[in-house]
Amino acid sequence: MTAASGLAVDTAAPPSIIWPALLKDALLAAFVAVLLAVPLVGLQTYDVGGGALGIRTHFDWVGFAAIGVFAGRLALRLLPRTRRQHEGRGGRAFSRVSAWSNRRARAITLTGIAFAVALPFLPFSSRYLVDLGTTVLIYVMLGWGLNVVVGLAGLLDLGYVAFYAVGAYTFGLLASDLGFTFWEALPFSGLVAASFGVILGFPVLRLRGDYLAIVTLGFGEIIRIVLLNWAPVTGGPNGIGGIPRPSFFGLPFARSAPEGVTTFHQFFGVEFSPDQRVIFLYFVILAMALVTNLFTLRIRRLPVGRAWEALREDEIACRALGINPTTVKLSAFAIGAMFGGFAGCFFATRQGFISPESFTFIESATILAIVVLGGMGSQMGVVLAAILLVTLPEFGRAFAEFRMLIFGAAMIGVMVWRPQGLIAHREPTLRLGPQPAPTQ
Amino acid sequence: MRITLPASGTRAGMAYFLQQLINGLTLGSIYGLIAIGYTMVYGIIGMINFAHGEIYMIGAFISIIAFLVLGLAGVTYVPLALAVVLLTTMLFTSIYGWAVERIAYRPLRGSFRLAPLISAIGMSIFLQNYVQIFQGARVKPMPPVIEGGFTVFESGGFAVRLSYLQLFIMLLTLALMVGFTSVIAMTPLGRAQRACEQDMRMASLLGVDVNRVISMTFVMGAALAAVAGLMVTLYYGVVDFFIGFLAGVKAFTAAVLGGIGSLPGAMLGGILIGLIEAFWSGYFSVEYKDVSVFVVLVLVLVFCPTGLLGRPEVEKV
Repeated sequence: MTAASGLAVDTAAPPSIIWPALLKDALLAAFVAVLLAVPLVGLQTYDVGGGALGIRTHFDWVGFAAIGVFAGRLALRLLPRTRRQHEGRGGRAFSRVSAWSNRRARAITLTGIAFAVALPFLPFSSRYLVDLGTTVLIYVMLGWGLNVVVGLAGLLDLGYVAFYAVGAYTFGLLASDLGFTFWEALPFSGLVAASFGVILGFPVLRLRGDYLAIVTLGFGEIIRIVLLNWAPVTGGPNGIGGIPRPSFFGLPFARSAPEGVTTFHQFFGVEFSPDQRVIFLYFVILAMALVTNLFTLRIRRLPVGRAWEALREDEIACRALGINPTTVKLSAFAIGAMFGGFAGCFFATRQGFISPESFTFIESATILAIVVLGGMGSQMGVVLAAILLVTLPEFGRAFAEFRMLIFGAAMIGVMVWRPQGLIAHREPTLRLGPQPAPTQ
Repeated sequence: MRITLPASGTRAGMAYFLQQLINGLTLGSIYGLIAIGYTMVYGIIGMINFAHGEIYMIGAFISIIAFLVLGLAGVTYVPLALAVVLLTTMLFTSIYGWAVERIAYRPLRGSFRLAPLISAIGMSIFLQNYVQIFQGARVKPMPPVIEGGFTVFESGGFAVRLSYLQLFIMLLTLALMVGFTSVIAMTPLGRAQRACEQDMRMASLLGVDVNRVISMTFVMGAALAAVAGLMVTLYYGVVDFFIGFLAGVKAFTAAVLGGIGSLPGAMLGGILIGLIEAFWSGYFSVEYKDVSVFVVLVLVLVFCPTGLLGRPEVEKV
């Protein structure tokens, strides 16, 4: 039905613009905007003291909203019709960029890695910049980990932060109770997180996609509530502090070391600087993220990776071909959880302090937003989205305040106009016959 | 969200039990009203409207603002104020429900499977922050509107109280349920909705305006969620921008427990979830009461995915 109507419009001459209908439509949209804005934007509650509320009016904002919606709706309708018909392929500029980035994938990857490695030593680099880079890389790693689950296996996981938390707390507890160092605890963090993935995944992976999303969401909340309330073990809302920093092959980063221990700057005979540790942390997470990426790229070519993608596309067909969906999904879930655990372990050592506050649903939503905006299944898109989302609040207070608002709107916008993500593409893992010429 | 519990009632076990029952039924009414929105949307277009919890939160905010405006206008007669607030809240919240569907879901019909759900999560984040930015992040207090109550019976020094507010909530829920069921059963709109639920393509071939039916479904769900928001404002006396998240998950659990797609199931599930929560915090621990609901959700999905009153889902190739 839709195909037929699309055809009819395609062959006809470009429709002339009917202004009265357009204006009426835009006015209607503006009217709805006014109705939406009057109660929540136009009338603002505020504390007057003594536990009472007062109300003040902001009808000028309602006016702005109405004008904005009117103009926006008009612009949307006046845009070239083609964009709206080929739904899901919108934004020709983006398409061109993503096509270009696919052709030059190797060159871009190498440039990106070279830049990331050189970043701490560039002339304009500063401690602040390296710190920001570390944060970006944590999210890149989390995004790549979640990408295995969401992008490749097509399982919507809304509780990914739970594995991040499990990894962080595993290290926190091992360090504070048994005196483990970062490098000793790292494998355990991954292992424990992966086991949690299996424990959660085993009963729920038989469920339909959207049920799975809600159950993982619930699981994320359960972990957080338990961390918050099981005070004797987890420290409750106070969290765990004094988590040791990582060392460079046994050489700690400190101005002075206890007797018998050589510090990093003594060993290499350089001046001590607190920046050394920051830069070292940056390289640790860079290496961890790259290992995650390499692992994902390689496993995609293995039978299990192929099975993930096949399962994402059509579960029934997979079952008919003898793939056991539960075990295949479970492997994706466990591997994604493992990377989350590694990232959590790094997070704990970087902060030196963890509390349940760092592992809320918003964190899960942020990681999911990175994967979705970047394009599910696209490794490069994740990097771009992580840089975008993490650096956005750094541009100013206004952006910080509106960050989550922009996230939400961007998630809707991407789903409506570019469901494949900003620069993503869906590369068929197998191609029969000669390489087809690129379309467009 | 903490229920006002008597500190210890072990001396009069029966009375304590009854008190929890009353609290649970009140809470369950609120969850049930939200759950209907989930179940109806799921029944017709097969998606989880993740933003429905935020619609309920918006309902709660609009009701508080409506009360304040009425207070400024000098309306002091409680029944009149309640009626006006109820209607305005339902009206404005249902516009939000309509707009959410129009903006975030309708363009995605026919897209890939997870697209509407991701869009819904985006909408949920958006609405939460929208309210936080324009109304502030602080908790909004609301003075009690319906006060008083009566003692049902007393035993062993423990009095079982039923407040007028609790009675109001239960009766209003009952009335809405009756009205709502008759809309579905007897009006042309209800018939169209049932037709779309069974086979949307066939219904559209027979001249049912599917888009309109789906829009109306969102409007009705939002109106009921608005009532739930008003009730929670009255019941707890505080509202903040974050209440939609947990309430949404709990109401969704209720919808699943009752059998998603089934209207009586949603109400039954809501009441059961309310009871589970009340008894759990009454007899075990308040800290873990939210965990109890999630555990119920997982258990139901694993062992009885069709819920109590749901139909088994047949997967077609």
